[in-house]
Amino acid sequence: MRRGAGWWAAMGHRLSGLALAAFLPLHFLMLGRALGGAEALDSSLKIAELPLVKVAEFGLVIALAVHLAFGLRVLAIELLPWPARDGLRLRLVYLGLAATVLVGIAFAVSVV
Amino acid sequence: MAEGTLEVRIWRGGDEGAFGAYAVPARENQTVLDVVTEVQRRFEPSLAYRFSCRVGVCGSCAMTINGTPRWTCRTHVKRVAPEGRLTIEPLRNMKRVKDLACDMDGFLGKWASVGTFEGTATRADPPAAIDPASPARREVDAAIQCINCAVCHAACDVVAWDPHYLGPAALNRAWTLYNDARVADRRAVLDGALQPGGCHTCHSHGACTEHCPVGLSPTASIAGLKRAGLVSLLKGGRS
Amino acid sequence: MSEARLFLLQRLTALVMAPLVLVHLVLIVVAVQGGLTAGEILGRTQGSVFWGLFYGIFVLVAAIHAPIGLRNVLREWTGIGRRPIDWLMVAFGVLLLVLGWRAVVAVVGGGA
Repeated sequence: MRRGAGWWAAMGHRLSGLALAAFLPLHFLMLGRALGGAEALDSSLKIAELPLVKVAEFGLVIALAVHLAFGLRVLAIELLPWPARDGLRLRLVYLGLAATVLVGIAFAVSVV
Repeated sequence: MAEGTLEVRIWRGGDEGAFGAYAVPARENQTVLDVVTEVQRRFEPSLAYRFSCRVGVCGSCAMTINGTPRWTCRTHVKRVAPEGRLTIEPLRNMKRVKDLACDMDGFLGKWASVGTFEGTATRADPPAAIDPASPARREVDAAIQCINCAVCHAACDVVAWDPHYLGPAALNRAWTLYNDARVADRRAVLDGALQPGGCHTCHSHGACTEHCPVGLSPTASIAGLKRAGLVSLLKGGRS
Repeated sequence: MSEARLFLLQRLTALVMAPLVLVHLVLIVVAVQGGLTAGEILGRTQGSVFWGLFYGIFVLVAAIHAPIGLRNVLREWTGIGRRPIDWLMVAFGVLLLVLGWRAVVAVVGGGA
């Protein structure tokens, strides 16, 4: 079946959510290393310098931005009054995509 | 466009089956239903399909045309198949009975399960005075034109994923009942829609709204049910 | 817990998280400039009541939000039964809460 922009937004929202749910425990474990002092945390943060981990980090920042953008769209559809036209807020899908690209660029520029 | 031949593939069989291939003459002002009818009359007398009014009123001729659920009677071939290639299957998300006819029991059963109209008035009562401009009646008017064609039900991916999900048509029906001031137990209608498999199962993909041939927005109706559920939860602490 | 209650919790936590995620994204982009060090992170967070509350609340709402969303995904995309999914999600929420608050304690408290 041919799918519309709303479906792709929902898929982006769901897959980014899955990625974040999988990452959160690791994120917390990593930060918990600070219980052993700054040196312990630093030694863990070194892992973040590995190229593959950098790519994964980039993906997670994107996932967070995607989940926020498309989540706000769901809230708009469900909780705001439904206008006669474009009640599915398809323009918000493209706005969310643009915002995500901006976040991605900002992160990429900062990390280099 | 009137020149030439259409390459038509039509599903034959039930859940197990295969496509049959047919060459149908292309004509001016030809709908997909015309094509199916021509195949049955000329090549395949045993071909099973449903239709009745042929003019978009009865809601019985919906099929999957080149991957998209549509009314065949209101779909012109040149609009969906400019190359002259048509693939016609039964609607998705229902058991296939034979060829293009599917078993509507699941769909209609879910529709019926959200409740039927039961009022309080008797013959002796005057007709209910409903203000057409009242917010509740406007909600009903916006959603009432559904003719049960099941296009939205076939378009919905959540229906495909979760067999318990009531689906867009049934929940849209629940929304019209809930907003109808003449319905005796509107609270029961809302409670039904808030059960597991009800309105909260919808993820607002919007496929129902994009595909509805009548231009309704089941997504809006379901969002209305979700909001009504929130209000009743916050006000009365119920559900 | 009823579907309506879970829905309310999911949307409430989403509303709370939207601004928190925005701040988090900005902070990530700022923090990764010139590399990530424990000194930098802990220098900002240790002893800070503001960041303690910020991350404490963030962890709490995320630990509610993630399991409710994951519950939908597991119901629709796996053959796991509804009861087992619900218990798994309770466990996942508790895990996130424990690991998350432990991480908050690690980066905000102690150390000094």
